[in-house]
Amino acid sequence: MEKIVLPDIENLHKLDVYIANDGYSSAKLAFTQSPDEIIDQVKKSGLRGRGGAAFSAGLKWSFMPKSTAKPKYLCINGDESEPGSFKDRQIFEYNPHQLIEGILIAAYAIQAKKCYIYIRGEYHKWVKLMQDALDAAYNAGFIGEKMKETFGTEFVCDIYIHKGAGAYVCGEESSLMNSIEGKRGYPRVKPPFPAHVGLWGCPTTINNVETLTNVPPIIKKGWEWFSKIGEPKHPGTLLFGVSGHVNKPGVYELPSGTLLTDIIYNYAGGIPGDKKIKCVIPGGSSMPALRGDSLEGIKMDAESLRAAGSAIGTGGIMVMDEDTDLVKVLARIAKFYHHESCGQCTPCREGTGWMVKVLNRIAIGEGSKKDIDLLISIAGNIEGNTVCALGEAAAWPVRFMITRFRDEFEARVSGHIARDVSNKVHSMRNTKNPLVPVEH
Amino acid sequence: MNFSFTQENLDKIEKVLAKYPDKQSAVMPVLYIAQEQNGYVSIEVTREVARVLEMDETDVLGVATFYSMYHENEPGKYHIQVCTSVSCMLHGGNDIFNAVKAKLGVKRGGTTPDKKFSLEEVECMGSCGTSPMMVINEDYYENLTPEKALQIIESLK
Repeated sequence: MEKIVLPDIENLHKLDVYIANDGYSSAKLAFTQSPDEIIDQVKKSGLRGRGGAAFSAGLKWSFMPKSTAKPKYLCINGDESEPGSFKDRQIFEYNPHQLIEGILIAAYAIQAKKCYIYIRGEYHKWVKLMQDALDAAYNAGFIGEKMKETFGTEFVCDIYIHKGAGAYVCGEESSLMNSIEGKRGYPRVKPPFPAHVGLWGCPTTINNVETLTNVPPIIKKGWEWFSKIGEPKHPGTLLFGVSGHVNKPGVYELPSGTLLTDIIYNYAGGIPGDKKIKCVIPGGSSMPALRGDSLEGIKMDAESLRAAGSAIGTGGIMVMDEDTDLVKVLARIAKFYHHESCGQCTPCREGTGWMVKVLNRIAIGEGSKKDIDLLISIAGNIEGNTVCALGEAAAWPVRFMITRFRDEFEARVSGHIARDVSNKVHSMRNTKNPLVPVEH
Repeated sequence: MNFSFTQENLDKIEKVLAKYPDKQSAVMPVLYIAQEQNGYVSIEVTREVARVLEMDETDVLGVATFYSMYHENEPGKYHIQVCTSVSCMLHGGNDIFNAVKAKLGVKRGGTTPDKKFSLEEVECMGSCGTSPMMVINEDYYENLTPEKALQIIESLK
């Protein structure tokens, strides 16, 4: 099986090795064609976004206005903070130049002269590795002013890294743009969409790291070749990050449509102690959980997973064996989204906190039967009522985990509430200057 | 305690500013530079950053408090972050956290009296395939056991 994004070539992260393997020839080829021709090829290839929404990459590029006096921007989303997702860091480490080449081609297609790679702040090492690769490419004339000589093109663009600082919500595209603009990472209301009003009010496209790394081979080998890999509606290979209770956790690049059971049992080496699987979250922690007894025949691509009642997300597969305490797992997932809620929308800011409190109450055996329905009600009140998708990301795990594993939760509750949850004033962080109680 | 940037860091800031069309956009990298110099982002730091970038002080403070990687208080010489998010939790991340916490004798979020170590419980760091893990300052330590984690901490001088 051919690997597109992470080929097995030693030292591919080094510029000379990348060039020896035909590196930067796709960009050269792309610059001989018109931007519209590039967009057309990527559209026809069927390449879909790898950041979670699986939206057509070529179509996204085509939304960029053609005639505008404003500068255009390209953002590359490497914020990668969803629990269970750890694929982009492999690209930063093992194949950074293919990402850079993909950025060049995408920037040319949408005519963006400035590109910002947003990398999560915790990835100190990978920021350095990516910066090293950028420096090498600048020195060799693949980026910046020297592109004119290297590629014989009029098109020139710059690529910068913007390092995040520990906010999951900045993986949301409009929040990411606010973060680059030096603001709090609050998501923006859409419309207007980034293609019209994006970075600094200018037309902007935001693509995931893995998405753009797929672009150079598409230009080089042709869209027909790419469109025939894996499932026709979601073609190409996907980086599946397998974690949790498997013998060989790690990132596996496989064609879309690979059987979930195949990934877990063959590639990831099965479950330690040959235990049964209780639960699998197939696309990062915000995606609906699947029951272990319903995995047979589920293919890993956007359409098949939707039909199976979940979603592809970022391809982060989390496996939990039969002895896993799902109440604790869900309480932990809920805690994550509560911690990462930016606090802008009330349903998410408050609802995520309530879900944590109620789940913790159930986890220690002090919840009531009513709590289970209360959780679903809270989730339902968050979903669809927030500016960004973090609301859904927080609500889905709760709603689906409880509906699909209700027995697990019912076994932990009794008829009455044994412990109230205290309601404190919500604070994003512990402040040095707490509110002083009013004296009467 | 007053804060002002060293000349070296002012030069760094010049380079950072060249990346963006306006000054405010440089606030995150400039806060990082300030934190590296000062150890944490104090109110004086935000004031100086605001002056250098011609921003409102409250806007700088707003950014500094929104992002969890800007420290409000001075962390220890070795700032230890243990991930207890789902994939790490399934592989014993909580055990790592508890072992480190007991070893250091601090509370969650606390610093040892000699200011050598501080401990933080963090969300997913992107090491799900090599869990459980901890981060010491900027370095990832993966595939841990409680014993290994304690050995690493003991080796720090």
